[in-house]
Amino acid sequence: MAQMKYFYELTISSSPHVHSPVTTRTIMRDVLIALAPSLAWAVYQFGFRALMVTLVSVAACVFFEWLWCRLAKRHCKIYDLSAVVTGTLLAFVCPVTIPYWTIVLGAAFAIILVKMLFGGLGRNIVNPALAGRAFLFSWPTVMNTWVKPGFQNAPGLLSTADAVTAATPLANMHQGLMPEVSAWDLFLGNVGGCLGETSALLLLVGFGYLLARKVISPRIPVVYIGTVAVLSFLFPQGNDRIGWMLAQVFSGGLMLGAIFMATDYVTSPVTKLGQLVYAVGCGVLTILIRYFGSYNEGVSYAILVMNACVVLLDRIGRPVKFGAPKKEAAKQ
Amino acid sequence: MAFSFFGGVHPEENKWYACDKQTQAFPAPDVVVIPLSQHIGAPCKPLVKKGDLVTLGQKIGDNQGLCVPVHASVSGKVKAVEARAHTSGTTVMSVVIENDHLDTLSPEIQPRSQEQVDALTPQELVQIIREGGVVGMGGATFPTHVKLSGGIGKVDTVIINAGECEPFITADDRLCREQPEKLIAGLKIIMKILGLKEGHIALEDNKPEAAKALQAQLAASDGIHIDVLPAKYPQGAEKQLIYAVTGREVPSGGLPAAVGCAVFNAATCKAVCDVVYDGMPLVKRIVTVSGDILMEPKNLLVPFGTSFNDLIDACGHSEYPYKVLSGGPMMGVAQYDLSVPTIKGVNAITVLGRHNEYAVDEPQCLRCGKCIDACPMKLMPVLMYKALQSNDVEEMKANNVVDCIECGCCAYTCPASVPLVLGFRVAKQRIRNEAAKAKA
Repeated sequence: MAQMKYFYELTISSSPHVHSPVTTRTIMRDVLIALAPSLAWAVYQFGFRALMVTLVSVAACVFFEWLWCRLAKRHCKIYDLSAVVTGTLLAFVCPVTIPYWTIVLGAAFAIILVKMLFGGLGRNIVNPALAGRAFLFSWPTVMNTWVKPGFQNAPGLLSTADAVTAATPLANMHQGLMPEVSAWDLFLGNVGGCLGETSALLLLVGFGYLLARKVISPRIPVVYIGTVAVLSFLFPQGNDRIGWMLAQVFSGGLMLGAIFMATDYVTSPVTKLGQLVYAVGCGVLTILIRYFGSYNEGVSYAILVMNACVVLLDRIGRPVKFGAPKKEAAKQ
Repeated sequence: MAFSFFGGVHPEENKWYACDKQTQAFPAPDVVVIPLSQHIGAPCKPLVKKGDLVTLGQKIGDNQGLCVPVHASVSGKVKAVEARAHTSGTTVMSVVIENDHLDTLSPEIQPRSQEQVDALTPQELVQIIREGGVVGMGGATFPTHVKLSGGIGKVDTVIINAGECEPFITADDRLCREQPEKLIAGLKIIMKILGLKEGHIALEDNKPEAAKALQAQLAASDGIHIDVLPAKYPQGAEKQLIYAVTGREVPSGGLPAAVGCAVFNAATCKAVCDVVYDGMPLVKRIVTVSGDILMEPKNLLVPFGTSFNDLIDACGHSEYPYKVLSGGPMMGVAQYDLSVPTIKGVNAITVLGRHNEYAVDEPQCLRCGKCIDACPMKLMPVLMYKALQSNDVEEMKANNVVDCIECGCCAYTCPASVPLVLGFRVAKQRIRNEAAKAKA
């Protein structure tokens, strides 16, 4: 029917009608790619249990998100890969000896209580993976068992009984002592610690990838790490200022936290000035906790505290709109 | 010209589909539908009735106040004066003319020689431009004579906008390449009306041949500058263009005249030339018919009143169209009825395939801030949308929703596919409703 031919099923919607190829899914995929070298290093250093812990954590996070959407009759968006990222990061901030049931519990807390109850992706106030870690410190012994690095010392897939344990550099530094390992080993990652945090080098490789893909801006990580560096240089414990500064920067979860956790879009400010203040705050709190806290590591709590300030930090440094009157521009 | 506006995005330009296609005259169809409202302002009243015979270029609608007349684009018999579908999505009173294919010219059309044009006063020129039915042809369709008469004495810089930053569209590019002398003649008339010695023609650096063609027609004494700006969307948006050329910021809520500028679209400028020299009113324009599923994208010289359907058929498509847009993909209006006629503000028809679909169910803002970096008006779309979601009109106003130019940069770049532009249109309406309620 010739006269009917313009009745195609045309879609009408508001402009714009084209979209950038970057979506939530591609961003999360890029984060996972950036984390991959560190995971490979974890396997090399801590054995296949590292991979297993990560897989269990990821599977649990994805499962709990699916379960929640099912129960709450919400549209399920596990395909956006955000739960996979949360699962990976949660595993990265736990020791490799963590029992599987513990990490599953942490995943449930992170996804259901911290993420989904607040309204899902984009609505949570604090970083789910870090909140999950904080929750797991209800079992302090589980969270404070550190294996000696090296494949031969690796714990078994099922039993962790035969693992050789050792203190981490941060534990030494907490007592005001220089770590036993050199700054170079700290940088490369020949140290004990949480599953994904040991190699500063490989985390920086991931950082480079995220920068190249324009997933994150360097603002938060550089300012955060810079603040820690400056403060530890100004207030060293011991005589070796430079050595102390390098040890503070390369040990513990600072690299992982600054690059992958503090930059979490959802829980960081949207204005440039807000991001600067947020990053400085993270750095100051990290040093305060490391120096004066009763626990060795301050990164996760520093970020969690600053997460809670984001709603205020969003109010500072707002751009002055195009064509704003001069008086208003001066006021802002 | 050293200025670069804040923000903006780089969507796939997709100009290659049509940029090298010579403009072809599209034969007028058997029936044309001429809407009586093709501009911002009061709609025309019909000057003809059913059964009347009309000639090509005859005035068939006019009104008092902020109004621009419309003319018959073919000769023939008026079949009906009735409400017909319009690209805005509503129906508009239209004159339906059965084409007799004789193209009998209206006796009123008298070409003017250079001497005659030189003898005309600015007021006479403005009146000729109004009678010729010239409106802003970039899409906004603001009456050109109003902009001109309002700008006399206030404007010190006139800019011809050949930026054409929207993907796919090449109509102004072709115009600059094929008829640069007419564009320049039009600009000289505008400069004369506004009493200016200098003028600017601004285009993006992805149209080097257009810039070359224009440059070749210029003499140093003309006082006309070609400003080649970096290709970035929305370079052709009026406020951003003024900033890029002059470094001046049009105040919020103000018109370009507030900073001494007037911007005219390239096609408008050429129409001014046609009306003044040939006496030919605005009855046809170059339309780019392009898109990623068309067999043969084209630039067509289309008589007004030709249906979208005829034009798309002339290009052929390889799959069923998913969206047909009046305009480009960033700001174009999606059509649901392809019987809508081509009118003065339609610079392109863009036909997109289904793979362009990007809407998602329950979009979730990630707070990534990409929208803030993209917004050329330096707004914070993320907070504007949050205000809309909480239905807080005061917060919407505080976040400057009314300053949004709906360019689409934020929604284009949003990884979560939040329908930001749609949301801001709703928010603006809420603010207007609130203001109306306060008045009542």
